[in-house]
Amino acid sequence: MLGLLWLVPAVPFAGALVLILAGARLRRTGVAVVGAGSVGVSAIIAALIAIRFVTLPPAEGFFTQRLWTWIRVGGFAPEIALRLDALSLVMVLVVTGVGFLIHLYSTAFMEGDDGYSRFFAYMNLFVGMMLVLLLADDLLLLYLGWEGVGLCSYLLIGFWYRDPVNANAGRKAFIVTRVGDTAMAVGLFLLVTRLGTLDIQGLMQRAVDQWAIGSPLAVAVAALLLAGAVGKSAQLPLQTWLPDAMAGPTPVSALIHAATMVTAGVYLIARTHVLFTLAPSVQLAVAIIGAATLLLAGCSALTQHDIKRVLAYSTISQIGYMFLALGVGAWSAAIFHFMTHAFFKALLFLAAGVVIARMDDEHDMFKMGGLRHDLPVAFWTFLAGAASLAALPLVTAGFYSKDLILVETWSSVLGGPWLWIAGLVGAFLTSIYAFRMVFLTFFGTLQKPPTGRSGWRLHVPLIILAILAVVGGFVELPATLGDRPYFSDFLHAALPAVVNDAARAGAIARLQIVAGLVSIAGIYVAWALFLRHRSLLARLTRPRPARQLHHFWAAGWGFDWLYNVVLVQPFLWFVDVDRRDAIDRVYDGIAWSARAGWRALSATETGRVRTYATGLTLGAIVITAIVIFL
Amino acid sequence: MVPIFYVSAAVAFLATALAISRANVVHGLLDLIVSLLAVAVMFLTLGAPFLAALEVIIYAGAIMVLFVFVMMLLNLGPQTVEQERRWLPPRAWITPFVLAAVLLVEVVVVLGGVDGPALAGEAIDPRQLGTVLFGRYAIGVELASMLLLAGVVGAAHLGRREGGA
Amino acid sequence: MAAVPMTHVLMVAAAIFGLGLVGVLVRRNIIFVLMSIEVMLNAAGLAFVAAGARWQQADGQVMFLFILAMAAAEVAVGLTLVLQIHRRFGTVDADAMSRLRG
Repeated sequence: MLGLLWLVPAVPFAGALVLILAGARLRRTGVAVVGAGSVGVSAIIAALIAIRFVTLPPAEGFFTQRLWTWIRVGGFAPEIALRLDALSLVMVLVVTGVGFLIHLYSTAFMEGDDGYSRFFAYMNLFVGMMLVLLLADDLLLLYLGWEGVGLCSYLLIGFWYRDPVNANAGRKAFIVTRVGDTAMAVGLFLLVTRLGTLDIQGLMQRAVDQWAIGSPLAVAVAALLLAGAVGKSAQLPLQTWLPDAMAGPTPVSALIHAATMVTAGVYLIARTHVLFTLAPSVQLAVAIIGAATLLLAGCSALTQHDIKRVLAYSTISQIGYMFLALGVGAWSAAIFHFMTHAFFKALLFLAAGVVIARMDDEHDMFKMGGLRHDLPVAFWTFLAGAASLAALPLVTAGFYSKDLILVETWSSVLGGPWLWIAGLVGAFLTSIYAFRMVFLTFFGTLQKPPTGRSGWRLHVPLIILAILAVVGGFVELPATLGDRPYFSDFLHAALPAVVNDAARAGAIARLQIVAGLVSIAGIYVAWALFLRHRSLLARLTRPRPARQLHHFWAAGWGFDWLYNVVLVQPFLWFVDVDRRDAIDRVYDGIAWSARAGWRALSATETGRVRTYATGLTLGAIVITAIVIFL
Repeated sequence: MVPIFYVSAAVAFLATALAISRANVVHGLLDLIVSLLAVAVMFLTLGAPFLAALEVIIYAGAIMVLFVFVMMLLNLGPQTVEQERRWLPPRAWITPFVLAAVLLVEVVVVLGGVDGPALAGEAIDPRQLGTVLFGRYAIGVELASMLLLAGVVGAAHLGRREGGA
Repeated sequence: MAAVPMTHVLMVAAAIFGLGLVGVLVRRNIIFVLMSIEVMLNAAGLAFVAAGARWQQADGQVMFLFILAMAAAEVAVGLTLVLQIHRRFGTVDADAMSRLRG
């Protein structure tokens, strides 16, 4: 059974290939069957493999499938090899499972679109690349998947490329993540030259053997990998691309820019956690970046009008939590939050997609309202997702994962009260903006009735994801609530457990109560400000500083403005100044001489046979002369 | 035989010079026929009697007749002679003459390097020629036949009237 | 039997070839151009025959036969082209056909 592992990424690739080659000739049903079916088959195989892996775990705790040697240059021989362990298994299950649900949703959601087969070709390619990224046993292969998902992200953000805004958003995402990718590539070069391999397990072994904790090389490599992760996962300071990435179709936002691709950075850091353990300063930076990002993005999410942009900032913020967890060494907590986040955030996006589609492509929440009776399925599932996002205590998956992060942030030797407070404030902001969405969209007065109808293919994924968003957390019950940490135990085969500071480890129950109260308080504030006392909100935002702060947050803390002033404008200025430099002169000269030569030669083309004959004669004379005199 | 060669060479040269400089095409053609006949005589003196006969029959006969037919079909009037005169101002001759002279000088220089053994005037009879032609050069004959066929087809194709089949 | 020196025959051939060349270069009438080409081919044939006589081999004469065949085919096609050109452009001026000018 485990030998079928290669099929998991191969089937979506085959689907993409079929759609690229024959997509134009297939009917819509055919496209849908191939597009969603390939991911579905992949999910089933992944599930079977998972059952086999859990019931009969391999002796070493992981399974490696070597397919072939990719390149062999000198001593450097990266292999196309897949590695299945607890970490990649969880990720693969989430990607294929959630991916299949989103594909199923897309078959109905994209029904009327011209690029139906193109859409599914990109989506299948994305799933295949994502699986390569997750299953790679070699950092080079991982990098291939890394860039592959970046490409698919670019293609799908700019899916409706006829609108320049969408194309620009795609380009922005590509270029901004490229900054991180370049740093990551440099990190990989450094690893190859210093340790001589990119095979992950061998690499970790050699790193531990050769580098002391805190040695400059380990710090440099970890920092460079972190830069790659930051770019891909839209963390500070490379987070600016993700809100604009919402220009893509909603299922794309759900799959790529919420559930899977943007968490690749989290996966990378978890995968190479040994390197980060060797570089404590960088690991601290991971935690600080996570904490700062979750606060900044939470504030920005509070001020957005576009429902998808709220979700985008919320995604940035939630990945911030995962980074925070990684930073304090709570590896499995980060992966746990990744899983629950994939459920509820995909759910929120898909439900928002239904709302947007039924409201005639209206994104502004302030122009919606009162939709809970007209769109019951969307409402209830969205409510479940929002509750999970807001970490409503006890009943939602988000509570268990976020709580685990907060508790371990508090208790870890690498964490502490300050990071915990940041996480707590973030949780407060999260529950405010989550229920701000719910109240603005589904409660209040009905502003505009929805049109059209949505079929079972839209609703079934919503319902399944809603169930997962509620019960998905029960795989990990904290010590105070039953003490059944199945998920952590499973992952500990691949990831070490958090190291707790004995002095802070005792207060778990109190922390949980505080976190739960904060979540409920946030929901209350949202209810008060956005439903019950709208006038209070108006009074709150009337003073000039408040309005300015609102604008500042709505613009994402001015990062776009900052990058425009610091990077883009100087670059454009330099390009403009440098237009006529010496090197250009050379190429201009080549072009000029080509043109001059063309003029001279075309002047010889008189169109007269006699001229040509004269030319022939001259040639004969010259050649005879050469024969005679040389 | 030797004087006959030189006389016919002189005739050929003069006739050719006239042929290329005439204003009237038919006059030019007649000069050209004279030139070809003179070359045929030269062939005779060089021991190629069969070729001399072919030169007269095919070149001076068939090919020149073709030219004459085409002249007839074109039906060029007397005004063309005037036109030819206008097309041939004396200075138009300068460059071609200079070029041809230079080339000729070069050829003469090359020939200066060739030792000039006397040509044996022994004739090569048609039997010998035929043996070689259909023996060693059989493929060449086939190729020539294909070339002629292509010429016929090409001429038939190009010669069709506009719009006609 | 007295013999003509090889050099002289080749010089005669070269001279006739040169006249043909002048004709090609100087005439605008396509018929004259074709005639001049015939002259040049003929001169080349003369050189072949001379070489054949020099070595007492039939090969030179065989070459002349090939030239003859080639000339026949060329004249047939060339003259049809002249007819076609005259029909289409109403002239036999080679310079009138200059659409390939660069």
